[in-house]
Amino acid sequence: MDNVNFLYDLLGENVLSIALVVCLPLVFVLVYALIAILAELKVSAWIQERVGPMRTGPWGILQPIAEVVKLLQKEDITPDRASKLLYNMAPFIIFTGAYAAFAVIPFSEYFIPAGINLGLFYVFAVGSISAIGLVMGGWASNNKYSLMGAMRSVAQLISYEIPAAMAILSIVVLASSMNMQEINHAQTGWFWNWFIFGGPGPISKIWVIPFTMVLCLIYFISSLAETNRVPFDIPEGESELVAGFHTEYSGMKFAMFFFAEYANMFVVAAILTTIFLGGWNSPFNTFMQGPIWGSFWFVAKACSVVLVQIWIRWTLPRYRVDQLMYVGWKVLLPISFVCFIAVSLFVMLK
Amino acid sequence: MNDKKILELEYSTHDSDRMRINVGPQHPSTHGVLRLEVEIDGEIVTEVVPHLGYLHRSFEKHCENMTYPQITPYIDRMDYISAMNNEWPYVMALEKMMDIKVPEKVDYIRVIIAELNRIANHQIAVATFGMDAGAFTPFLYFFRDREYILWIFEKLCGARLLYNYFRVGGLSADIYPTFKEECLDVIKKVRKTNAEVMNLLINNKIFLQRTTKIGILPADVAINYACSGPVLRGSGVKYDLRKDETYSIYNKFDFDIPVGKGAAGILGDCWDRNMVRMDEMEQSCKIIEQALAQMPAEGDVKAAIPKKIKLPKGEVYMRAEGPKGDLGFYIVSNGSDKPERVKARGTSFVNLSVIPEISKGYMFADLILILGSIDIVLGEVDR
Repeated sequence: MDNVNFLYDLLGENVLSIALVVCLPLVFVLVYALIAILAELKVSAWIQERVGPMRTGPWGILQPIAEVVKLLQKEDITPDRASKLLYNMAPFIIFTGAYAAFAVIPFSEYFIPAGINLGLFYVFAVGSISAIGLVMGGWASNNKYSLMGAMRSVAQLISYEIPAAMAILSIVVLASSMNMQEINHAQTGWFWNWFIFGGPGPISKIWVIPFTMVLCLIYFISSLAETNRVPFDIPEGESELVAGFHTEYSGMKFAMFFFAEYANMFVVAAILTTIFLGGWNSPFNTFMQGPIWGSFWFVAKACSVVLVQIWIRWTLPRYRVDQLMYVGWKVLLPISFVCFIAVSLFVMLK
Repeated sequence: MNDKKILELEYSTHDSDRMRINVGPQHPSTHGVLRLEVEIDGEIVTEVVPHLGYLHRSFEKHCENMTYPQITPYIDRMDYISAMNNEWPYVMALEKMMDIKVPEKVDYIRVIIAELNRIANHQIAVATFGMDAGAFTPFLYFFRDREYILWIFEKLCGARLLYNYFRVGGLSADIYPTFKEECLDVIKKVRKTNAEVMNLLINNKIFLQRTTKIGILPADVAINYACSGPVLRGSGVKYDLRKDETYSIYNKFDFDIPVGKGAAGILGDCWDRNMVRMDEMEQSCKIIEQALAQMPAEGDVKAAIPKKIKLPKGEVYMRAEGPKGDLGFYIVSNGSDKPERVKARGTSFVNLSVIPEISKGYMFADLILILGSIDIVLGEVDR
């Protein structure tokens, strides 16, 4: 891709523009996290027939800011026997893992922080960093609940990365590229060109559509597990592990975990959007198509996925740890293999 | 306790594979201040020892220094989720001792509010059980509906949780004019929510996977541990004091005793106990409907209340079917206006004792669900 980034076109490739490119997603994440927290509060309230926060600002819209201020004021407690270095590093590593993935998220046709060719591969590589952070936090807290939460989370992250990777690989086969922007370009046109509907091609692609839809579902389920959301919130399963790996964290460090969780939710939603839902492409061919509208479509699609994650959280009970493994290894993995083979066959015969 | 060894877990060999965890007293799902000392091997529970006494208020000793009517508010504080049901066996015991025949209308009102409180209790039980499984939304649906029942109680006696409504030989206040309509309205709402929760939670695939085939309590073990209420009936034993030892006017109503059938897994598992509670709510609705239809319009609820409550020398034991099971009061009187001794058979206390028996060998997450399915209230366990 020649013009991956409008800022480089405008300012040239210098320190200032690179710094801007680095900071732009951070600003986005901060704003998004505040909105997502409010959405979580409000959506859960509507699902449960409550009104949610109403006192802070009109209609309660300042509630997330109030929560951040509250967390900033809290005492930052480090347990006595905790391993201080690891304990203090863990939240930052987790957030780094979440934020690093933003480097390859294509917000628009002309904005991707780093248009590398191995985009999808990179997302997977940095996605695993958060597992290290979880273990560090859980181990260093010197708390049995934290330790159990950390052990569970690693098992969970590793087992669900495989079906997710299979789903992504199938799309890589379809698009014959790992570059996020190329995958997006391949889906230009009407919404039936999206990879959830088998990607662009003649009507004969129809038999592959069920497989790609199942792959999308598999990726979505795996992404729930990777972000520790219900029904896979076992590492922090409140009813048994109090708060899992972040039981001992308070104040701003807890806020970092919180922040990383919401950032992660957006990352997986963004990847789902990019590889299955057409990324920044308009669903209606050239209607509202373009770089600026593109970022609107992208954020709108990703936020809808986040909304579904919130919706699921307030509807379903939680899996048990062995059932979670069962679902991962014996249900999702074989199905994703079958879908992968079907998609590969489709590409071979095309 | 002299013999401290009984209370502490014993470690004959130091086994590094095993971890010892304190669940409680500060833990989100011990339903109060229960402390479970748990030994786990990986995720498998190998040993459970419940530690009690964090909410001990020496209820029984207090009773010895109070007159009989003064004791009733203390009884409310035992099982604070179903205070109306608590008061009933105590008041019945005094009535039996003093040989008082309560007016017919009082009996009907007592049945109606006791069943309403049973519904309220089961709503909390199922709601918290669902929350233990990670489903937060049904919890709030049930709390919304419970509020309507509490409003009725509030209008009846002015209190929302600790009522002090039962009097020896009567009640503290008569029903209000719109009582009947409001009860029928509540029943409608209860049934609607129950149908919704059946879809949302009870028959949910994940919930079924979580709650079936764990915490299996065979009928003989349940009887040996003197379990009662839904815990016993969940194991398939058809035992309910309302039928088996009919008191008050329960023989006038047509209702079933739901028992666990092992419909979703194995007989006596957590899901069965929970399902018994769901079914019992429906049966309570049926009883309330019948009672409302049969209730005499006229009658003074305070007619039979004696001016001075003084028991003859002797002793009495009276029990009734509370929402959690068999709740009894043993009262020894020395002829004065204060009891010599009051002993309560706390249902939750007896039911809780079965926990070590049924939770070994299951996963740690299951232990929380098993505890939730027993439905304990620590106010009654510790008294």
